[in-house]
Amino acid sequence: MNALLLTVLTLSVLGGILAVILYFVAQRFKVEEDPRIDDVEKMLPGANCGGCGFAGCRSMAEALVKRDDISTLYCPVAGGKTMVDIAGYLGKTTQEKGPQVATMLCGGTCQKRPKVNHYDGAKSCAVVNTLYVGESACAFGCLGYGDCVASCQFGAITMNPETGLVEIDPDKCTACGACVKACPKALIELRKKWPKNRAIYVACRSKSRGAVVMKACKAGCIGCGKCEKACPFGAITIDNNLAYIDPEKCKLCRKCVNECPTGAIHIANMEPLPKEPKPSAEKAEQKA
Amino acid sequence: MRTFPIGGIHPSDNKKWSKDMAIEVMELPDEVAIPMIQHIGAPAIPIVAKGDKVLTGQLIAQASGFVSANIHSPISGTVKAVDIFPNGQGLHRQMIVITREGDEWVESIDRSKELKRECSLTPAEIIAKIKDAGVVGMGGATFPTHVKLSIPDGQKAEILIINGVECEPYLTSDYRTMLERGEELLTGVEILMRALRVERAVIGVENNKPDAVAHLRELIAKGNYRGIEVMALKTRYPQGGEKQLIAAITGRQVAPPPALPISVGAVVCNASTSVAVYEAVQKNKPLIERVVTITGKDIAHPSNYLLRFGVSFKSLIAKAGGLPEGDVKVLNGGPMMGRSVVAIDAPIIKGCSGVTIISGAEAERGKEQACIKCAKCVSVCPMGLEPYLLAKLARKQLWDRAEEHNTIDCIECGCCSYTCPSSLPLLDYIRIGKQTVMGNIRARAIKK
Repeated sequence: MNALLLTVLTLSVLGGILAVILYFVAQRFKVEEDPRIDDVEKMLPGANCGGCGFAGCRSMAEALVKRDDISTLYCPVAGGKTMVDIAGYLGKTTQEKGPQVATMLCGGTCQKRPKVNHYDGAKSCAVVNTLYVGESACAFGCLGYGDCVASCQFGAITMNPETGLVEIDPDKCTACGACVKACPKALIELRKKWPKNRAIYVACRSKSRGAVVMKACKAGCIGCGKCEKACPFGAITIDNNLAYIDPEKCKLCRKCVNECPTGAIHIANMEPLPKEPKPSAEKAEQKA
Repeated sequence: MRTFPIGGIHPSDNKKWSKDMAIEVMELPDEVAIPMIQHIGAPAIPIVAKGDKVLTGQLIAQASGFVSANIHSPISGTVKAVDIFPNGQGLHRQMIVITREGDEWVESIDRSKELKRECSLTPAEIIAKIKDAGVVGMGGATFPTHVKLSIPDGQKAEILIINGVECEPYLTSDYRTMLERGEELLTGVEILMRALRVERAVIGVENNKPDAVAHLRELIAKGNYRGIEVMALKTRYPQGGEKQLIAAITGRQVAPPPALPISVGAVVCNASTSVAVYEAVQKNKPLIERVVTITGKDIAHPSNYLLRFGVSFKSLIAKAGGLPEGDVKVLNGGPMMGRSVVAIDAPIIKGCSGVTIISGAEAERGKEQACIKCAKCVSVCPMGLEPYLLAKLARKQLWDRAEEHNTIDCIECGCCSYTCPSSLPLLDYIRIGKQTVMGNIRARAIKK
């Protein structure tokens, strides 16, 4: 009985003494940290995806608190609204950036872009890219081994086995940009996110001449320039045999879509304009 | 018998199909495409334009920078285009396309067959001639030869090593060159020794080519070539690797990169390069043709052809009897180091020592299974690396750790992938690790 009591007493006294020592040590070596870092961290989404360029949300919060100019810092997952809120909380200023979404710029499906060889090496786009052009004859198209699928932490990218291309779910995409870095062909671009996930973009990145593109893929941009002429807002530019729609200038008027001879301009969640718009003829008929 | 100290494999050499076929001269192509990158280093810059008339051996593209090489027209005719075309891997490269009209050579080139042994040029003059002729290492790495011969200040070459190993299975172009052009080769070695100011040269040949060893020894004795010896080496892949060959012949180990073979006093040149050097220096002939082996189990007429650069893989394959039926793998090079060719319309260039056609089940890789940690890859790695680990680190994108484990020392010989019982694509992953780490190192150097 004595032995038991002695043990309990000894440990209790020891614990008490150590607690006092620890208290003073903790006081002596206390690290002063800005409490706002915790608050800012709570305002961030906590996905720790690295989309901002920092190791995680905590490092981003530290940077936001410590830096004077935070206009270059941006959390793509939280979006511009949250950034403005954070800036307001910290008494700093930043501009609201519109939401973005990752878009895959290749429309070369298995049907439109036939395979000309068979690859049985390591199933990774990065590996294929070090070895050769890929299974199709297009040197710019999607390789289809899903490095971007593996890189996405939000499950927004899936491989469609029918088309052999990846599909990005705009509702799940947070525009963190991990897939943009993962794609060795630089096929994924962060573009402006429209309401209802509407979009118009040139689904091709081939800088080859038209004849070369046609040979490799039936869905590629041949750089004919018809869309450039059709665009009333000057949003489309042709560079190196490739059309590009500037998402900031595009107003989703869809005039370019029907002009494209190869169907390289994709539209999402919108109806295309009627195929052969002859408003004058139709009106004349109606009048008659 | 000597060989390199660690690792290595001994695959079936499969040289039997083409080794007894004497070098045939392939008829001139009607059209050639000449890529501006046929060597390691900066691409050459075209100095001809569409519509220009060119002669055989005329300079058509100028080296840009020190590590680069001149490119000459392999045929005479008219420049049809200077544009971007796919190469053997389907990658887009700038090329000059020339349509042939006759075969008129540049006048200064000596086309006579007789051997010209006397050379009284200074080392600097020899190197300048080699540079002008656009000679590059013809074993496959295509490192510009004039750069190799320009010894940095403070270092001295002691020994010239000629690589007649041809450890790559299937290929026989160096072997045929040693047998049929032995005297030119030996004169080339003499010139290289003169350029490097060395007294000793060793030609390393694997002992699966005893007739080449005997033939060269006989020529050396007959022609009184001083300081040149032929060393028979135990057959083992990758003996033709620069560092492996130096270790096999001299017993010295070259330190990890950025150390070069010259740090142990050795300079290594390929046997075919030596013939090219002879032609460049003694005959003023630029590098416009080479011996290429076309071989494979199911090929009707495997052989060795002397062909002009720019000939398409397709026409060489047609010459050898066409592709066998079914799925085949066309390799630019041999089965170990060779790269698959996906566009057979693409041209054959300076680094191509052979075209190997692998058909049937052999063309397919085994089914990938989990690593069983048997360490076979570790025991065969000639650089003493841990391939399974490097592949895993590259797969997980842990570049810093890959760097710590010396991934850049990898010589991409493929012994690990060859030996892996789980058929893991080890080299595929190591290669991306190596490229990324080298990129990181360069980026750090620029920052500094």
